[in-house]
Amino acid sequence: MTTKDGAKRGTTRRGALATLAGGAAAASLPLWARYTHAQSAEPIRIGFQVHRTGIGAAYGRWYDRTTQAVVEKINAEGGINGRPVEIIAEDDGTDPKRGAEVVEKFANQHGCDIAFGTLFSHVVIGSAPRAGELKLPYFVVSEGHHVASGMLNRYTLQPGITDVKSQVQAMAPYVAGNLGKKVTMIFPDFAFGHDHRDYFTDAIEAQGGQVLAHIAIPPTETSFTKYFPKIPRDTEVLYHVMVGPAVLTFVKELGEFFGPSAPALFGFIDSLEAVDIASPGLEFLEGSYFWEGNPRYAQSDQTIYDKAYREAVGVDGNGASVSDPKDVSTYAHMFGCWETLYVVKAGMEAAGYQAPADRGKLIEAVEAMTEMPEGYAHPQGAKLFNGKTHQVFGHQYISQVKDGRLVRVHTTSIDDGAYPDEVDYTKHPL
Amino acid sequence: MSRAHPVALHLGFLAVLFALGFVLPDYHHGNLARVMVLATYAIGYNLAFGYAGLLSLGHAMFFAAGMYGMGLAIRLFGADPALAMLAGLVAGLVLSLVVGALALRTAGVAFMIVTLMFAQAVYLTILLAGEWTRGDEGFVIQAAERVVLGVDLTGAMARYFAALGVFAVGLLAALRLVTHPFGKALVAIRENEERTRMLGYDTQRLKLGALAVSGTLSALAGAAYGLLFGYAGASFAGVQYSILPLLWVLLGGAGTAIGPFVGTLFMFYLIDLASGVTTAYMLIAGVVLVLLTLFAPQGIVGGARRLFPGWFP
Repeated sequence: MTTKDGAKRGTTRRGALATLAGGAAAASLPLWARYTHAQSAEPIRIGFQVHRTGIGAAYGRWYDRTTQAVVEKINAEGGINGRPVEIIAEDDGTDPKRGAEVVEKFANQHGCDIAFGTLFSHVVIGSAPRAGELKLPYFVVSEGHHVASGMLNRYTLQPGITDVKSQVQAMAPYVAGNLGKKVTMIFPDFAFGHDHRDYFTDAIEAQGGQVLAHIAIPPTETSFTKYFPKIPRDTEVLYHVMVGPAVLTFVKELGEFFGPSAPALFGFIDSLEAVDIASPGLEFLEGSYFWEGNPRYAQSDQTIYDKAYREAVGVDGNGASVSDPKDVSTYAHMFGCWETLYVVKAGMEAAGYQAPADRGKLIEAVEAMTEMPEGYAHPQGAKLFNGKTHQVFGHQYISQVKDGRLVRVHTTSIDDGAYPDEVDYTKHPL
Repeated sequence: MSRAHPVALHLGFLAVLFALGFVLPDYHHGNLARVMVLATYAIGYNLAFGYAGLLSLGHAMFFAAGMYGMGLAIRLFGADPALAMLAGLVAGLVLSLVVGALALRTAGVAFMIVTLMFAQAVYLTILLAGEWTRGDEGFVIQAAERVVLGVDLTGAMARYFAALGVFAVGLLAALRLVTHPFGKALVAIRENEERTRMLGYDTQRLKLGALAVSGTLSALAGAAYGLLFGYAGASFAGVQYSILPLLWVLLGGAGTAIGPFVGTLFMFYLIDLASGVTTAYMLIAGVVLVLLTLFAPQGIVGGARRLFPGWFP
């Protein structure tokens, strides 16, 4: 050993001991490395809150298939931070009480790193307070405005699907410019319908249009004939968002009421998710327009990303299961599971996520995201994430029913669905 | 057999629950907090059904009255949570008196149907008043709004002991009532209303009293549930939440003070465990209920009461 001044020093006892210790540590390095590897090879555990039973079961079935497909793909690509992803699924019965219990189960029993996948708004709103208290990142795929409205908390995010306010607002320019400016709205008389009523009314007025009448249908109604005479005669566009089993009756009775002289029909595909558009009784929808979160039928200009996504999940060109053409998917929404898990992967890798102690870093990493280009991770299209409101914004699609198929006629810009921030979650404590 | 000490037994039971608050693992700690609040609801139900023989199919309206009375007081008026709890209790009391005054003109199957219809009316009112209630979606009671008398109810320990406090109030109130002449008179009505009336009791007034106490306890549970878990939603007013307390009480033992807790706990874990095995977990719950009805028609605590008479009033 040579010092700065060039003087040589002999081997000391302390130095020899240190060298020996260093040698022993070096010799045992493979053991340490194996231990470290064993630590990091532990799977990332993702609690999947799935609507297996209850009113959301049809959505839940397809959310499940999409989630299984994307996890298989992510694992084939090396997992997250080199660790495999494991899905721990629990049925929430589409019930907010059970939903909150399931979130607790993920955090406290299964030891999940995050929770993910909830669709129905009431389950999200019932579960989110517990996720926030448990500091469990909760990635919802719900399209509700609850996240961006500021109602929830810093641990709840929606980075994989746009919200209803954005979707509805983005429809107004096309409706006013192509279908008509005098609109009558028919909607179920509960929160989902009220969101459409409020957001679309404002949006169409901003386009120089007006809503002539709001017709709210009580949730227990099974026949709609008595409501149709309330539709003003000078209505140019009938905006409808009926959901649930009664939608088939609704469309049939609407057809019987109007015959061939109906105003233009515009609806949200939510009404007919998991329902074959060519079902008997739905003939009246021919020529009508729908919002689609993601086009159910493979379009003539289908992207390679949609093609790959469709194949991975097992959906044919008509939006049905490849193994059962009658099993129609919830194609307009379920891409949100795929894209959300890719956001989780990107967030965990940016945060260097290792263990639940890093959950706060994960939230901050996702909040720092902005542009999400269209690609295999985002097959529905490019998106822009707003870290302050925890909500993603993206393109919306308008399709027309032609020969019993939904054919895309318009793609909105991301700006069409933009609105001012209503909350800044980044100011909330972690 | 030694002389029964039911009060000591129930106080001992509360002491065990208190001690469990310090030792249970996180997951079961949270579950037990839920179970205690829901068991308070079942105790309320049991007062009407188990003691007075009033089979209601609409008790969710009282649970929801408490939840929304509390929740809306905070959401619309920014009320202090302690005052909001009181608002929930008053809502439950008033609703039970109004419903009782009308529904108690009927009996038996008609009473079941009338209470079911009233509950449906309350449920639809919550949906239709969406501007204030957010309808089926419900609303969050924010963490900052859940600090009662300086205690932050978002913490696990605070939540557990608050739930235990609510449950203790329910259990001891029920125990006091059923060992009191009022409770004995209710049992007499259940067994033979005609004869009770002949003995000089105003059975109509007693039944109204039973329903009022039952409804108010249910409302206490509803208000506490909303405040402890941060959410008020219309699903809690649905028919499912009217049927559940009936099942909990039948399972645990109708007409026993502690039976509702046992039934609620049993059902909670039955569903929790069965849902991990199959999506048809309600089928499993149904089969177990049928088996219990066949082999233990008095419920779990009802069976224990036969073995230890006097201990389980």
